[in-house]
Parts: sequence; C-alpha cells; structure tokens
Amino acid sequence: MHFVKRILANCNQTSNIGMETTLSVEELNKREAEFDAKIASGITIEPKDWMPERYRKQLLRMMSQHAHSEVVGMLPEGNWITRAPSLARKAVLLAKVQDEAGHGLYIYSAAETLGMDRSEMIDQLLSGKAKYSSIFNYPTLTWADIGAIGWLVDGAAIVNQTVLAKCSYGPYARAMLRICKEENFHNKQGYQIMAYLMRGTKEQREMAQDAMNRFWWPSLMMFGPSDTNSPNSGDLMKWKVKLHSNDDLRQRFIDRTVPQAEAIGLRIPDENLKFNESTRHYDFGEINWEEFKQVVSGNGPCNKLRMKQRADAHTNGAWVREAAAAYSAKKAASKN
Amino acid sequence: MSSKNALIEYCLRIADNSSILAHRLSEWSGHGPILEEDIAMSNMALDLIGQARGFYAYAATLENKGRSEDDLAFRRDAREFVNRNLVEQPDHKDFGTAIMRSFLYSCLSYLQFRTLMNSNDETVSGLSAKAIKEVIYHVRHCGDWIVRLGDGTEESHQRITDSLNDLWMYTNELFEQNEVDAILLNDGVGVDLTLLQQDWLNLVKEIFSQAQLTIPDVGGYQSSGGIKGLHTEHLGFILAEMQFLPRAYPDAIW
Ligand SMILES: [Fe+2]
Ligand SMILES: [Fe+2]
Ligand SMILES: [Fe+2]
Repeated sequence: MHFVKRILANCNQTSNIGMETTLSVEELNKREAEFDAKIASGITIEPKDWMPERYRKQLLRMMSQHAHSEVVGMLPEGNWITRAPSLARKAVLLAKVQDEAGHGLYIYSAAETLGMDRSEMIDQLLSGKAKYSSIFNYPTLTWADIGAIGWLVDGAAIVNQTVLAKCSYGPYARAMLRICKEENFHNKQGYQIMAYLMRGTKEQREMAQDAMNRFWWPSLMMFGPSDTNSPNSGDLMKWKVKLHSNDDLRQRFIDRTVPQAEAIGLRIPDENLKFNESTRHYDFGEINWEEFKQVVSGNGPCNKLRMKQRADAHTNGAWVREAAAAYSAKKAASKN
Repeated sequence: MSSKNALIEYCLRIADNSSILAHRLSEWSGHGPILEEDIAMSNMALDLIGQARGFYAYAATLENKGRSEDDLAFRRDAREFVNRNLVEQPDHKDFGTAIMRSFLYSCLSYLQFRTLMNSNDETVSGLSAKAIKEVIYHVRHCGDWIVRLGDGTEESHQRITDSLNDLWMYTNELFEQNEVDAILLNDGVGVDLTLLQQDWLNLVKEIFSQAQLTIPDVGGYQSSGGIKGLHTEHLGFILAEMQFLPRAYPDAIW
C-alpha cells in the first residue's frame, strides 16, 4: 500500500524532533540566532534544518488545520454532486471536490515532515483537538451555495494561500504554490455558476442573492479574528509563516470581490459597505464576532454533522485500511 | 426498427450505464476509507460522466429532435432508462460492495469497448477507443482492491464475499440482448454479448482466484430487463435526486 510506504518513507526525512534536549544552552542560543538570521534574509526552512520547537509546533498546528479544512470542506460541496443540474456542472464539481482531497493529501504530507503522521493528525481532528475552517460548518441549501462557495470561499482561500506560498517553511510554501493554480479554477467555476444564475430566471437570481446573503459574512470570518484579537499572530509573523495580518488579508479579499459582485448584479449584504476615496479601500460593517466564536468553538449549524460525517467515513473505512495493511504485510513476508 | 433507431437506443444504454454508475461512485466523494480512494473513485466517476456525455450527445445528434445530452440524462423517467440493473444497486457506504459493483461492470465494459473500437460507426469506434483506456484503469484498480480485500483479513474476506453474493444475481443480465443488438450486429456496428460472456467469466475468475473468492452458486432469482426499462426500486430514487433541479426549474439554464 502506498500510504503505508509513504509513512515509512517520511520517517527518514522528518525534522529535528527531540534534538533540542541534547543541546547546551549556548548551542541552542547559537542555533536560534542562525535560524532568525535565515528567516530575516528570506532563506526557506527545510525539514532537515534545525528549527525552534515552538516554530515546529505552531506550523504543525497551522498546517494540519489547513489540511483538515480541505478534507472537511469536501462535505458541503459534495452534498450537491449528485444533484448538479447538468452533466458538465456535475463533472466540474466532482473534479473540484476531488482537487480538495488532493490538497488535503499534499498538505498532510507536507505537515508530516514536521514529525506527525497523517493518522495521528486525523485522530486529532476526530477527537476535536484540531480545528478546521469554520466556514464549512454552514449548510449548503441550494445549488447557488455551490456557486457562492467556489467564488467566495475559494476566493478567500486564494488570498490566504497566495501569501502562504511565500512563507518560510519550504514544504508548505511549495504545496501552496501547487494548490493556488487549482484554487483559481475553483474560484472561476463558482463565479461562473453565480453569473449564470444572475442572468437566468427570477427564481435563479433570488437563489443567487440568497446564497450571497448567507455566505458573505462567514467568508469574511475565514480570515480569522481581528489583529488586536489574534493570539498566535505575533510569533507566526516574526517567523514569516504569516506575512500579512488577518485584517489586511480580509481587506484585500473585500476589495477584489466587491467589484465582481457588482459586475453580475449581486448586492453585498452590508449597509456600511462603501468605497473610501481617501484610503482607496472599501469600508465595511462590523463582523459578528460572537457568531464566529460560537462556530469556532463547536456551536455552528453543521459542526456536529461535519464531525459525524468524517467520523463515519473513518469508522466505516477501518476494515478496508486494516485489510490493505494485512495484505501488504503478507506480501512483504512472502518476499523474504 | 431502423438501424438509426437501434443505434440511438444502443448509445442510450451505454450512456445510462455510465451516468448511473457515476452517480453511485460520486456518492462517495468525501466519504472514502482513505483520501487516496476518494480521489480514485472520483476519477472513475469522472471518466464515466465523460463516457455518458459522449454517448448521450451522439444519441441526441442522431435523433435530431432538438434534445441535448442533458435532456437525455435529466428528462427521461425510470421506465425509459436502459441501464443494466447492476449499476443502480446501492452500496450503503460499504466500500467492498462499491468496488465489486464497479469491477463486475467494468470487466464487461472493457470487453465491450474493445470490440466496439472496431465498429463500422466512426463515432462509436472513436468514443470506444477513448473509453477503453479509462476502463482498463477501472478494472485494474477495482481488481487490485478485490484481491486486497479477499486476501486481507478474515473480516474483509467475509465482507467482500457477501458483496459478491449479493451482486451476483445482477450479472446474468449484463449479457441480455434484444432486437437492437441483432440489427447493430448485422450492420457491423455492435457486439454480440453472448460471445463476450465466457471472456468476462475468465477475467472475473482470474481476479477472484487471486482474491480467494469463489463464484456463487447460480440459483434463485436472476435479474432481468434493464434494457427494456425494467428496473429495481433504486433507480427511481437516483433519478429523483439527479434530475431534481432541471425538473423543478424547467426553464432555467445552469
Ligand atoms: Fe483547496
Ligand atoms: Fe485551501
Ligand atoms: Fe478549492
């Protein structure tokens, strides 16, 4: 089985886990200084390079969270594959959701270089210890939601990931570079769905606007809490894992999305949204951070459902994974 | 029946088989036992949607009634669908059943396209030449899993045996033919399925012997009639789901 092989292969190239304990204080300080200098001069960090334990932990948290988001994100969209309204749309959506599985795989593999294997990360997701993007805790109620997700959610992901492609950890940066190309296609197909709806019947236009109304604010929340309230931002910015603040990225997303909405006649559900001539950015209304807090802490409309769907897939597939492992063990034994 | 009408019917059969099996496989998106299998099952579903589109589009062109590939997929009722009953069977999220269903069908599909590649009808031979590359992968991928599951753990052996026993009664029907086949065989366009039955059995047995599975005893009910639009109760639900949007919004373009 190639997944077993891959886990074994990764053992040889994982980072310097546990090495710090054997280092003297002077040596540790020296290495940290070297590490900081590397980061400062823009040299990427690779799995075999020395790195501070906190850097490794924060990255692992962030990357596994990202991988989980790709995988959980398959569910709300997967919900409409069997109901896609044409064979062409069905093929595009199926391919899109399949890409997300691929993104999950790349990012899990990249995260494995930090010393935790995929199955352990998945256990953390299922036990609730690891988080995933809160946007996927909203339901997809109509076909227009598939358009809204592709356009807004993947659009927000592009803004995030384009920056992450320049982050200090090599495997993560390279995974992002590869993924961004596909995200652009996801974003376009979503926008195209919305554009078709907006030039369609009255019912279709209402469907599109309704999806916009429901997904706009949760999309803005995808960038995370406001800078004044973001507990992990400081370290991540210092290490160039994060290159821009949450608020900067949110603004960037709004600035690029509002004209797209206007071009097809969709209203932004925000009375305070207005282009500010002096800042050259859109001003916007207050985000409902209480809702964000609730959804992140497990009380969104679909948190329970998403976790149940992932847990069921995992449990229902256990016998398959066991069989594959048993079979490859038999084959390996018979070769010796 | 004219040669043209026979060919339309024949294309619909291939397309219906592909689109219904694609539907079943796409139900797995996001629910596979490992991410790699999510990707593989989506791949197979995508290939099948591609095949369905090709053959629906050709049927639509031949009939020349202003219907599109989507009209054929989304605006015909269950009694008009002419897929084999095997492909519409549910798997209840049992991976082995899903794999067994695809394996049994893909083996036939492979043999059929291999012959159709030499069809006198250029469109049919062209579509078949493209499809066969995809179907070879399906046979191989599903065959590999059947061997792993059959020769994996005691539990997996039992489960895949159960799946085989449940699905076997739909396999005889894969070789049913009618007037349509006779006309197309005469035109050098179609295949004689009775000639493929032994090859199919050999192919299936080869994998089963590696998987330590045995062909179930034939006995009891054998399904029949898919090509006449006689289906199991499952198809109606598939279509209710699949056709919902075009039916609910008949004037909409998506
Ligand atoms: Fe993605
Ligand atoms: Fe992403
Ligand atoms: Fe995406």
